Amino acid sequence: MSTDSLHTQTLAELKAGLENRDFSAVELAEALLARIDAHDATLNALLTVTAEQALDAARQADDRIANGEARALEGLPIVHKDIFCTRGVRTTCGSRMLDGFVSPYDATVVSRLADAGTIMLGKANMDEFAMGSSNETSYYGPVHNPWNPACSPGGSSGGSAAAVAGRLAPAATGTDTGGSIRQPAALTNTVGLKPTYGRVSRYGMIAFASSLDQAGVITRSVEDAALLLGGMAGFDERDSTSIDHPVPDYFSALEEDLSGLRVGVVRQHFDAGLEEHTGAAVREALDLLKTKGAELVDVDLPNIDLSVPTYYVVAPAECSSNLSRFDGVRFGHRADDAEDLLDLYCKSRGEGFGAEVKRRILTGTYVLSAGYYDAYYLKAQQVRALIAEDFREAFANVDVIAGPTTPTPAFELGAKTDDPITMYLNDIYTIGANLAGLPALSVPCGFVGGLPVGLHLVGGHFAEQTLLNVAYSYQRDTDWHHRCPEAYA
Amino acid sequence: MSARWEVVIGLEIHTQLATRSKIFSGASTAYGAEPNTQACLVDLGYPGVLPVVNKSVVRMAASFGLAVNATVARRSVFARKNYFYPDLPKGYQISQYELPIVERGELFIDREDGSQKRIGITRAHLEEDAGKSIHEGLDGFTGIDLNRAGTPLLEIVSEPDLRSAREAVAYMRKIHTIVRYLGISDGNMQEGSFRCDANVSVRPKGDERLGTRTELKNLNSFRFVEKAINFEIERQIDLLEDGGEVVQETRLYDADKDETRSMRSKEEANDYRYFPDPDLLPVEIDDSFINAVQASLPELPDAKTRRFVDEFGLRAEDAGILTVSRQLADYFEAACAATAAPAQLVANWILGDLSAALNKEALDVDHSRVTAPMLASLVERIHDNTISGKIAKAVFDGLWAGEGSVDEIIESRGLKQITDASAIESIVAEVIANNPSQAEEYRAGKTKLLGYFVGQVMQATGGKANPGQVNAILKQKLDS
Repeated sequence: MSTDSLHTQTLAELKAGLENRDFSAVELAEALLARIDAHDATLNALLTVTAEQALDAARQADDRIANGEARALEGLPIVHKDIFCTRGVRTTCGSRMLDGFVSPYDATVVSRLADAGTIMLGKANMDEFAMGSSNETSYYGPVHNPWNPACSPGGSSGGSAAAVAGRLAPAATGTDTGGSIRQPAALTNTVGLKPTYGRVSRYGMIAFASSLDQAGVITRSVEDAALLLGGMAGFDERDSTSIDHPVPDYFSALEEDLSGLRVGVVRQHFDAGLEEHTGAAVREALDLLKTKGAELVDVDLPNIDLSVPTYYVVAPAECSSNLSRFDGVRFGHRADDAEDLLDLYCKSRGEGFGAEVKRRILTGTYVLSAGYYDAYYLKAQQVRALIAEDFREAFANVDVIAGPTTPTPAFELGAKTDDPITMYLNDIYTIGANLAGLPALSVPCGFVGGLPVGLHLVGGHFAEQTLLNVAYSYQRDTDWHHRCPEAYA
Repeated sequence: MSARWEVVIGLEIHTQLATRSKIFSGASTAYGAEPNTQACLVDLGYPGVLPVVNKSVVRMAASFGLAVNATVARRSVFARKNYFYPDLPKGYQISQYELPIVERGELFIDREDGSQKRIGITRAHLEEDAGKSIHEGLDGFTGIDLNRAGTPLLEIVSEPDLRSAREAVAYMRKIHTIVRYLGISDGNMQEGSFRCDANVSVRPKGDERLGTRTELKNLNSFRFVEKAINFEIERQIDLLEDGGEVVQETRLYDADKDETRSMRSKEEANDYRYFPDPDLLPVEIDDSFINAVQASLPELPDAKTRRFVDEFGLRAEDAGILTVSRQLADYFEAACAATAAPAQLVANWILGDLSAALNKEALDVDHSRVTAPMLASLVERIHDNTISGKIAKAVFDGLWAGEGSVDEIIESRGLKQITDASAIESIVAEVIANNPSQAEEYRAGKTKLLGYFVGQVMQATGGKANPGQVNAILKQKLDS
């Protein structure tokens, strides 16, 4: 069979094709590497392409397939967000600070997915240290949205989302601290899943805000999200915050039946901030769930409006400490004309970090300082506990909470860079799940002015399967996710 | 020191816990390796790495808490202490701040008059050590050795209950003894496994309010603790008596010059921005864990001292010295178990000749050339009159030199005590005959001369005559 259309296939389809020997893993890798060559100059989705390594791995995958030793994800190409450490491969985190950094080890997510048989095609562009909602804070320039190159693909996992939407790879890993998987997924017509905090190991994932960061996946179908999550989830003794909880076979357990499902709808999520047509698309999606047997229930999250300010205290506080290790002493950027130790720190960090990272380090340093700690950090942690409690109470009555992923479709590059607050409000619907450690998923649910928007689903702790089932069921009756940006068909 | 002033001292003791691997990584803690060969990616603070608590440090800290009658927290929290320094790879030290694992303990130190004084222990918390900056021999550059980074420490903070350098040293020694008894630290001060900072202030006697304190750093021997504190007390009193003020600051003790000097003032102090480390879960322990640790505690020094007095009839002072280390106490008990001789005699030998021999070669008792069974058989031969105490010293030297067993040495050196009365009698007769004028003086009432005669007899027998018999026979012959 021709390999011309391999880039259009999902992981599940490719898996079947490889098993049937319709094409080889090498042919598949070559086809996608060619796609990257042809299109990434426009998208800027990838920071590093690991062609040689990918082809080597593909050859080994073909051997395994030939020997009947194929593993769960044998030969399936993916890209990793450049926040994951990859042994022997440049790992930049989108920052000048790590421009030349080659990691000596693999993140657990990377090694697990490699052990499951996946093939890494490259490393995806991202907002610097995952701080941003538009991919514009990357030291390597913004990623362009395949649906409209003048628009942002969202962030921080913007490179991952654009690569998947632009058919450069069938799937990508991402990380989500306040919406960094789900928001770009919504803005690029892809599926984005952020699992429960502790579901996936954070080891080797360069920390932004440790208590909020969680690795997840961006794919074009819900089945693929289930498939890929199964390859990376699970307890890791190297991450004390990972949770020893059994990992179900998400893919095999996918279930279309929604009868009796209770879907919570949060009134505040449909307030004035929500763009009208985006709201309409989401309401339509909710109606479809209803026709498929779900019951819509109003739920109240009384403190949810505090989630953005809470997040912008907790996350910067943690990042101000997490990024202290980038001091120019052992690795990363070091200023070459420093006069003394203090000068080395100031110049290396001053040159190595971009404006948004500096803004958050300063904010975080401030909120942890003596005299301010109680008023900011401690208060924010108290509010965070209230928000988590609100969710807990809500999930006593409903199975999932559904609403918009973002207030608007993709915005133009440069539109919000001068106004951090407006930029931060892009994550208004997604941040709550991070604060409460809950799993959440964005699934394509329509288009507004030619740009995609997403339906956001949040579940209780370890309810990934429920989220996947609801989204899977939704995708069985919709074709949004089959739509492809014209230039990338 | 002026009688007008009262000294107030609190100590912060950093004791390295005797784990094989580091507190948050699997790297080895062995001392003395080539720089940076015992630092893994976690110790180096690489991007993406995460700490995992070494479970044995929790058990060790809990055992310390129980040993000093403290509260062991069911829930303690690791926090980040943020500051930049080249030997601090992550830019923060993982420590415990608001919720330490051990709180509100106490111990008792001996005063010079033999009474005891209670010293409160505010808290003890777990933390990681930093690396080392090396400035020598690097041509103006600073080298960083991160072998020590991530080594587990228990920081033990006392109440400001100490009133003199002597008390401070007594307290520090007591902690040193306890951690070694518990087996949670080797207490090696040369290698930095046991070191201390001292907070020192003075106030007019009778004042309730504390004076401004200084913090003395880098005190890595008992002697330096005493000297540094005494220097600092005098410095502060001189300042105050001259109408000056003590500045709150950190001061470094320079052992070569025997002085403290300013390192940094309060104004330059860091704002450490402590907050709970989100990479680590709170340390939660339950009653069954505490009970298990309690059950595994060894007999502690104070209890052992009391038992040595009660059970063995030792002088309290000797019991105190014998129990300074568990190894020495074990040696004593092992030796006592192997001889019928009085325990005090065993103690005398351990505290006398054995200690001297060990000190001379800087050996600890575990590496003594004279083992407990060897010492026991030596003391046994004194007790059964085979040799005199004086001869036994020669046998001890033979034992130390590896000449064989006690009996072999007695045999080969011909040291067996002469207890044959007739043999002693004939020597006595000879000695009296050779010293007629002294014999006359003795008989005229100068009985003190008995000692002279004893000495002569012992000399004539090479010290081998049984002293008791010599005494008795001499008296009998001279008095007759």
